[in-house]
Amino acid sequence: MLGPNGAGKSTTMRMLTAQALADEGTIDVLGYELPRESKQARMSMGVVPQLDNLDVELTCRQILVVFARLYRVPRAERQAAVDRALAIANLGPRADTIVRELSGGMRRRLLVARGLIHQPQLVLLDEPTVGLDPQVRQELWSLIDGLRTEGVTVLMSTHYIEEAERLADTVAVMSAGRIIAQGTPAELIGAHAGREVLEVYGPPADLAELESLATRRGWRHRRSGPAVALLGAEELDGEAPDGVRRPANLEDAFVALTGQEIE
Amino acid sequence: MSAVPNARRMRRLEPAALAGVMTRDIVLFRRYWKATTFSSIVQPVIYLLAFGLGFGSIVKHFGHVKYVEYVATGVVATAVLFSSAFPGMFNTFIRWQFQRTYDALLAAPVDVEELITAEILWISIRAGVYGLAPLIVGIAFGLRPAPGMLLVPFIGFVTGFGFAAFGVVVAAVAKTIDNFNYVTSAVLTPMFLVAGTFFPISTLPSTLRAIAHFNPLYHCVALVRDVSLGTIGTVDLVHTAVLIAFALVMWRLAVWRLGKRLID
Repeated sequence: MLGPNGAGKSTTMRMLTAQALADEGTIDVLGYELPRESKQARMSMGVVPQLDNLDVELTCRQILVVFARLYRVPRAERQAAVDRALAIANLGPRADTIVRELSGGMRRRLLVARGLIHQPQLVLLDEPTVGLDPQVRQELWSLIDGLRTEGVTVLMSTHYIEEAERLADTVAVMSAGRIIAQGTPAELIGAHAGREVLEVYGPPADLAELESLATRRGWRHRRSGPAVALLGAEELDGEAPDGVRRPANLEDAFVALTGQEIE
Repeated sequence: MSAVPNARRMRRLEPAALAGVMTRDIVLFRRYWKATTFSSIVQPVIYLLAFGLGFGSIVKHFGHVKYVEYVATGVVATAVLFSSAFPGMFNTFIRWQFQRTYDALLAAPVDVEELITAEILWISIRAGVYGLAPLIVGIAFGLRPAPGMLLVPFIGFVTGFGFAAFGVVVAAVAKTIDNFNYVTSAVLTPMFLVAGTFFPISTLPSTLRAIAHFNPLYHCVALVRDVSLGTIGTVDLVHTAVLIAFALVMWRLAVWRLGKRLID
């Protein structure tokens, strides 16, 4: 789920765990009808929340043991489940460290490990990398990619285009509570931004003039910082102004779809 | 709809869910039990010294009961009240609003009712055990040990269940944590003073005495005193019934009020 803040991504996530109830309509997850069978559904789901809600006074291992119990991992398998989760999150050497003493990246990895303790079929990741520095984000991406390779279904929300482009098999673009387009990143780009984008730089007055020209000629365009970007540039006739041609990307498609710039 | 492997029917109030939530409480308790235990021992010592020595130099007996026995048995209810109502209020509010622990727990296969019940259960078990502290201190001050005292943890448990749930209700309706001050000063303080803890309610004006009968803490004080001093009578069935009713009503209120706020 790719969408700007306020698009309804977190609300959707909370509805899938029945922590928010829909005013109308029906939801089913893994064949379970919500909210009636939500406990069964949550049993097969792992949830990684957007906001860190770890117990800061507990150690990594203690937290994982508590959640192994909550997810009804049988006593005989609990120890192995905890060790496995610690290994996935690369937290083995920190197993007995109190959460308060972990770095931000480790805490985020522990949140993921907590959601994976019972080997769920479906993992919900709500903006898992928001506020993380680039290196930690990379770590998390490889962790998520690893899950995908193992065949776990991952539903992730993000407002980082790059994240969606790299990790998602299918992107659902959300705006104001609705999915407005859905497809692979390549499909979305092809359908909504064309193959190439022409970026024209210049003083504001020239750009304004170009924008009105583009509107008159029906060229798809958007303001992109100090430039005007013309979408589907491969179809422009010879009148196209000079500029920098680059392949279209998901951001172009996103802006074309939502009319909203992302940071 | 295709069959889902490992599908299992899940019921209301599953022991596994309660145990899971309480495991967390127990692990946390292992970190702070020293401070809690210290205050639960020191508080009755202070009450016994202040009232027993101060007040006790004027009042030696109430009826057949020595004043030190009167206070030591009365303060059990105070200990139970403080170790249940305050955690009910503060732990709930902090875990729900500040630490977002409840968000994490409710994303797991734990229902609101299970979460709230487990939290109240844990607080009341603890309150029942800590209710013994004043008796132990009292014994050091001359209270005679009696077999009936073995019932005190159970009375403390039931009373604590009611007050922990009361605390959860307060947390659920409070807008900010400062709102607790209203409850502490306007509800809990008078409740604990007008419960027959330090002086019999029979000394009160008749209206106040009538009101005191609606105070669950009064019934806890009376019941604990009767089992500890061997003065059990049929009226103790009424005390027991009131405490159980209070616990059940507060429990359902807590599940309802906090449930409304935990699920959007």
